[in-house]
Amino acid sequence: MSTAYEITDHIHDVLVIGAGGAGLRATLGMSDGGLKTACITKVFPTRSHTVAAQGGIGASLGNMAEDNWRWHMYDTVKGSDWLGDQDAIEYMCREAVPAVYELEHFGVPFSRNEEGKIYQRPFGGHMRNFGEAPVQRACAAADRTGHAILHTLYQQCLKRGAEFFVEYVVIDLLMDDEGDCCGVLAWNLDDGSLHRFRAHKTVLATGGYGRAFFSCTSAHTCTGDGNGMVARAGLPLQDHEFVQFHPTGMYGSGCLITEGARGEGGYLTNSQGERFMERYAPTAKDLASRDVVSRAMTVEIREGRGVGDEDDHIFLHLEHLGEDLLLERLPGITESAQIFTGVDATREPIPVLPTVHYNMGGIPTNYHGEVLRPTESDPDAVVGGLMAIGECACASVHGANRLGTNSLLDIVVFGRAAAIRAVETIKKGSKPKPLSVDQSDRALGRLDVLRHADGASKTSEIRGELQRAMQRDAAVFRTQETMQQGQKNVDAIVNSMDQIGVSDRSMIWNSDLVEALELENLLACAQATIHSAVARKESRGAHAREDFPDRDDENWMKHSLAWIDENGKVTLSYRPVHTWTLSDDVDYIEPAARVY
Amino acid sequence: MVEFNLPADSKVGTGKTHKAPDGATRIKTFKVYRFDPDSGNNPRLDSFEIDLDKCGPMVLDALIKIKNELDSTLTFRRSCREGVCGSCAFNIDGTNTLACTKAISEIKGDVKIYPLPHMPVIKDLVPDLTVPYAQYTSIKPWLSTDSAAPDNERLQSPQERARLDGLWECILCFCCQTSCPSYWWNGDRYLGPAVLLQSYRWIADSRDEATGERLDDLDDPFKLYRCHTIMNCTSTCPKGLNPGKAIAEIKKAQVKRL
Ligand SMILES: Cc1cc2nc3c(=O)[nH]c(=O)nc-3n(C[C@H](O)[C@H](O)[C@H](O)COP(=O)(O)OP(=O)(O)OC[C@H]3O[C@@H](n4cnc5c(N)ncnc54)[C@H](O)[C@@H]3O)c2cc1C
Ligand code: SF4
Ligand code: SF4
Ligand code: FES
Repeated sequence: MSTAYEITDHIHDVLVIGAGGAGLRATLGMSDGGLKTACITKVFPTRSHTVAAQGGIGASLGNMAEDNWRWHMYDTVKGSDWLGDQDAIEYMCREAVPAVYELEHFGVPFSRNEEGKIYQRPFGGHMRNFGEAPVQRACAAADRTGHAILHTLYQQCLKRGAEFFVEYVVIDLLMDDEGDCCGVLAWNLDDGSLHRFRAHKTVLATGGYGRAFFSCTSAHTCTGDGNGMVARAGLPLQDHEFVQFHPTGMYGSGCLITEGARGEGGYLTNSQGERFMERYAPTAKDLASRDVVSRAMTVEIREGRGVGDEDDHIFLHLEHLGEDLLLERLPGITESAQIFTGVDATREPIPVLPTVHYNMGGIPTNYHGEVLRPTESDPDAVVGGLMAIGECACASVHGANRLGTNSLLDIVVFGRAAAIRAVETIKKGSKPKPLSVDQSDRALGRLDVLRHADGASKTSEIRGELQRAMQRDAAVFRTQETMQQGQKNVDAIVNSMDQIGVSDRSMIWNSDLVEALELENLLACAQATIHSAVARKESRGAHAREDFPDRDDENWMKHSLAWIDENGKVTLSYRPVHTWTLSDDVDYIEPAARVY
Repeated sequence: MVEFNLPADSKVGTGKTHKAPDGATRIKTFKVYRFDPDSGNNPRLDSFEIDLDKCGPMVLDALIKIKNELDSTLTFRRSCREGVCGSCAFNIDGTNTLACTKAISEIKGDVKIYPLPHMPVIKDLVPDLTVPYAQYTSIKPWLSTDSAAPDNERLQSPQERARLDGLWECILCFCCQTSCPSYWWNGDRYLGPAVLLQSYRWIADSRDEATGERLDDLDDPFKLYRCHTIMNCTSTCPKGLNPGKAIAEIKKAQVKRL
């Protein structure tokens, strides 16, 4: 079969797959370190999903009031419901401050306070002095912080003359017999050609898999491709059961309204006009952690206090903040609320609903960004040649629930960490491992089979079924019964992939085929999610079970690992949470009850 | 508003018509430009009848519905679906704009969707944007400084920062670029409104120390001075930005230097 396709070969020191914030920060660091780097991306860099991030990037700069990276670390550990690895969390929160200054030096147009320093706003779960009261820690560029950071990082890559392969879809990793990653196979949409890239290291930075759900804040391109590749390479996916629902997705479209809106003073009400968060989180109120607010909203709606004709959503009030503040600090969401809900936010409340937003789980890594293949004897064993950063990775700094602003932070801090590690470990001028024909044949086979698939089901039909199943059964509140049903459904949908039909047979910009390849990745992500969720018999962070309402540290303070074989069979195992810090500058934070 | 011109060799033929299903009540016809690079055939205009009661409110919702249900070979770029990534720029109802923020209800009669004008078409609604991307790179769109960075942030007052508003939000969708008649005829040498807006974004940044070089680079009969203030760019920008004004500011800055 491979004779029918011509393949062009490339050799680099490093491949970065993805040009979101994580991929671009890694690419520029590797270029600085003198490594021959290729950044391969299925969309033009500034169209990556990072562009949509709104509210801010967390760092304890203390520009508005006293702050300390230890408080940030405490909040992150507490937010993670003690599933985060504290060595990685310490690393991220300490590096946050220099990372944000570096972004400013790169040219990010941050908003400013009166002193001319970076403006910081309050955000959910970010508190002063170990949980006392909200603190202003989110460094913001109006409500378009992701746009500001992504464009700036791309500009810095241009400055360094980094090599981009744009609108190239990576099909699969090329793994050798020793289980090391030697490169990838990619498909250039613009001219239909195929490319085999070899390198010492491949860095996955492919983003999240929000599109496994029916209603999400994520872009159409968030399809968990990196996670799918890793699963097909026989490696596990970690903590996929932890899916974050953002409290304020717009009712209808699912487009996001940043938590920064509540940071600036916005609040939620139910049909009785009550500010109900005061009952659920007396201290933090509307700025409690996302899982807490999303559950509270769901309870209000369930108990008949939702708003609207169907009593099925909640109001977010911003109108009291005044037009001037909205236009200066929240112009983007004021505009999108008008476009997508028809509401003038300066006068009326915006209809909102908890909406799938972020994947805490992903490809397990250490804090250098190296991918793990955990074994009984070594839960931290490293895979040769493979790294992962950003939303597709699980370091794990977010544990069972991510704090807002910690993802933009995660992508720049670990993008940089991956670059440092690659520069340290790759011997310049040395040749990457050789590839065998078999390796690319398997990846090519995947493309070829789907390209010629002539079953009766369209990609959109199978994807729709998956999205509805996940929305129904991997929801804000979960029970054994609903999740078991969900697991059965998702497994059946995986089996129905042999009925798929693709109608576009061409190689040039065949987006029909791209969507079919993406669907396979979504399916792997969904299976890992629902299987890990059924098994975890406790409530922790975003995983809220009605039949096991409490956290159970004795049995469940551990990371889930899901391995998926080529027949779609899922096997679970576990690895311990890191209960140590990176340095002696801070003590391990002991598990405690989580109240806001 | 935008005059639509196609290269001479690509006369657009009539394509297939997909009828609305029986029982549909609120029918709207979408006429979509199709070009198949493998066939060598001329482009064609396919018609799709859509039941608006079963379709989301935006033009992008209709395109996705067509791809999902009627013809999965229809090809177009899209990602964020909320007007921030700049992928889904097309010529819709005669105007360059983003499909994801353009409401179907704003369009009277049939909805005509073409690729951005005067760009080579790769397939259907996907234009080749290599040239404007390269032009973007050519203006060195990054902060340029000689002085060493401080330990903390560079200071910038809220007033200085406010000068960047209306510039840094550009999503590089190239709606303006491909609506500009000067760019249509001199696209190889004239930088065009999107790229000049980005130039001005750095000229206006109080932290940037390369204003002189930036202005030198632009002091060229073609790069900058092909703009004849026709203002198509500004009226078409889906983000409400004003590239025409940014270009005027650059010209003013050039005059000031003389
Ligand atoms: C609406 C919204 C608002 C948010 N706001 C905030 C916020 O205020 N603060 C915060 O901290 N976080 C926020 N987040 C979360 C944060 O934006 C994301 O988690 C983060 O940007 C992910 O970055 P990334 O680099 O990992 O991936 P992405 O930016 O998603 O980039 C993925 C990249 O991988 C490429 N890719 C994927 N698959 C392939 C393939 N098969 N072949 C080639 N390339 C591929 C894509 O082309 C893309 O370049 C927000 C998220 C959303 C949805
Ligand atoms: S104002 Fe200048 S840039 Fe804008 S459309 Fe007219 S000629 Fe083109
Ligand atoms: S100025 Fe407006 S129309 Fe032009 S590229 Fe930027 S966002 Fe698009
Ligand atoms: S899909 Fe991103 S701008 Fe329309």
